[in-house]
Amino acid sequence: MALLEIEGLRAEVEGKEILRGIDLILPIGEVHAIMGPNGSGKSTLAYVLSGREGYRVTGGAVRFEGRDLLAMEPEERAASGLFLAFQYPVELPGVGNANFLRTALNAVRRARGEKEIDAVNFLKEARAALRRLSMADEMLKRNVNVGFSGGEKKRNEVFQMALLKPRLAILDETDSGLDIDALKIVADGVNALRGKDFSALVITHYQRLLDHIVPDRVHVLSAGRIVRSGGPELAKALEASGYAGLAAEAA
Amino acid sequence: MSAVLQEAAEGFSARFRKLAPRLPGPAEARLRAASSFRARGFPDTRDEAFRFTNLRPLADLSFAEPDGADEAALALLARVPASEWPCLVFANGRFRAERSRLPDDYHVAAFADEPVLDSIEAEESAPLTALNTMLAEDGGVISVPAGADAGTLVLVSLGAGEDGRAVDFHPRHRVILAAGARLALIEIVLGEGVYLHNPVMEASLGAGARLMHVKLQNESARAFHLSSLHVALDARAAYEGFSLICGARLARSEIHADIKGTGASLAMNVAQLLDGERHADTTAFVRHLAPGCSSRQAVKNVITGRAQGVFQGKIAVARVAQKTDGYQMNQALLLSDEAQVNSKPELEIFADDVKCSHGATVGALDPEQLFYLRSRGVPGDEARAILVRAFLAEMLETVPHEWGRSVLENAVDTWWKDRPL
Repeated sequence: MALLEIEGLRAEVEGKEILRGIDLILPIGEVHAIMGPNGSGKSTLAYVLSGREGYRVTGGAVRFEGRDLLAMEPEERAASGLFLAFQYPVELPGVGNANFLRTALNAVRRARGEKEIDAVNFLKEARAALRRLSMADEMLKRNVNVGFSGGEKKRNEVFQMALLKPRLAILDETDSGLDIDALKIVADGVNALRGKDFSALVITHYQRLLDHIVPDRVHVLSAGRIVRSGGPELAKALEASGYAGLAAEAA
Repeated sequence: MSAVLQEAAEGFSARFRKLAPRLPGPAEARLRAASSFRARGFPDTRDEAFRFTNLRPLADLSFAEPDGADEAALALLARVPASEWPCLVFANGRFRAERSRLPDDYHVAAFADEPVLDSIEAEESAPLTALNTMLAEDGGVISVPAGADAGTLVLVSLGAGEDGRAVDFHPRHRVILAAGARLALIEIVLGEGVYLHNPVMEASLGAGARLMHVKLQNESARAFHLSSLHVALDARAAYEGFSLICGARLARSEIHADIKGTGASLAMNVAQLLDGERHADTTAFVRHLAPGCSSRQAVKNVITGRAQGVFQGKIAVARVAQKTDGYQMNQALLLSDEAQVNSKPELEIFADDVKCSHGATVGALDPEQLFYLRSRGVPGDEARAILVRAFLAEMLETVPHEWGRSVLENAVDTWWKDRPL
């Protein structure tokens, strides 16, 4: 069964059409990569799926576990198991990371009809997750993303994902600005979640992340449409030929 | 002064003439204040110091003396967080010894027993203080001897209108810290119904003395709060204030500071949290009269509904006050289209080697931050509450007194619960 079905999705930003009919099916338990040149609509797709304001859906439909995803508020999407790892994680001065994460975790638990987690058990779980990701406990004491380096911000996204245990993660260029060590940590974080209850859309510009998170399928986005789909070898081919050749081929 | 305000002022002057024989303390100081108040009355908005705060609604009510039972006010004690500290309780301006717990290692008295009135020189320019001097009947006198650390004292002021009657009261508090003395004063001001609360606090800090002053002001949406703090600092003395102002129909908090000794410092951290039709005004007059002193006022406003916040700060630096370090900041988060904030810094500098700065910011909640929180499953209302709390964090988290901090934090949390945004 498909976890996510995107059908003829069209969306515009400030009156400009960015997504021009996206069709994509993500089966349960699979990881798909979405690649494409700058401006092809990769991030717009991530934002439309997660419900950010300012994006107008002008056509098509998205079903998440059979439900109409586009009709849901961002927090409902999160509660039903969708997680967006931001390309540019947002700083929240005055909000402690531990508090933020516990609030998020409990909001999601409440929405799912589960019991809230108390501070002690939360810290236990958080510390365990940090250890798995080779991150320092000190991360919990800092304000959310404030004063974090680019790599720390991306790792904090993966840390949140590890705690919230989504059914579907959308990683929006999580590899950008990462050195090879941080890239491995991020990849390990995603790979640790892989299994029959976890699916992911990995949005990336480069092939190198896909050496560490090997996708089941690769889709190439160009000018708001998926122009090619294939196995992991497609990413390798792109690395060799570049997007320019592909765009010419598609035309 | 406008005709209606003049009439209102005349009502209070008439009350003074009636009560004068029974009022405690030196008649001369009372008469001087009465004549000053009669001359100036309640200022209108043509008065620069009241440009953003219109006292006009005062004139629509007629105020009377509280009946002395003050039951409705005393009932509010249930809302005061419990503590083990020594505590002075005032209900409609009257000291309630039976509800108070006096400290045993330093001096505390009722104003009626020690009615000193002539220590303020600023009455000419402070009509609300003059009104208090004219009518003050009770208050607390707190006196900490040289070198002593008095620990924590809680000062509770409760106000309530009586059976549809608007009452007024003008308590007069004095805090005297001798050289090297220390005190943490936690002030909690609560009220219900229609009344006018016009307290004056004089704080005199001897050389090297330290006063930490944490204040929660959370009064009725129909009440008037006109308070004045007069603080004088000798050499190396330090005043450190943290106020959470939830306001009233009209709340004006004046701070008059005289920094008189070398190396003294004054810090005021204020948060104004306002909703509905509330209006809160924090106005500071800081006089630097000695070299090498610092003063700092940081005001954070969170305003929703049709509420209005005001911060005015005047820093005057005398010629002798070289190396003065002055700082003023007014920040506002406006949560509705009709919320309003007014800001007016004023510098008057006669010394040539000083550092004085001021700034102001106004904004709404950041949509990026809201989306980030919501994308993590936090519902919109809760996300907004978290961001507002974060805006106030700088002020709340720096309160060095743990219990005092919890009083302010709980007040902010309760504020939310009552007012989903």
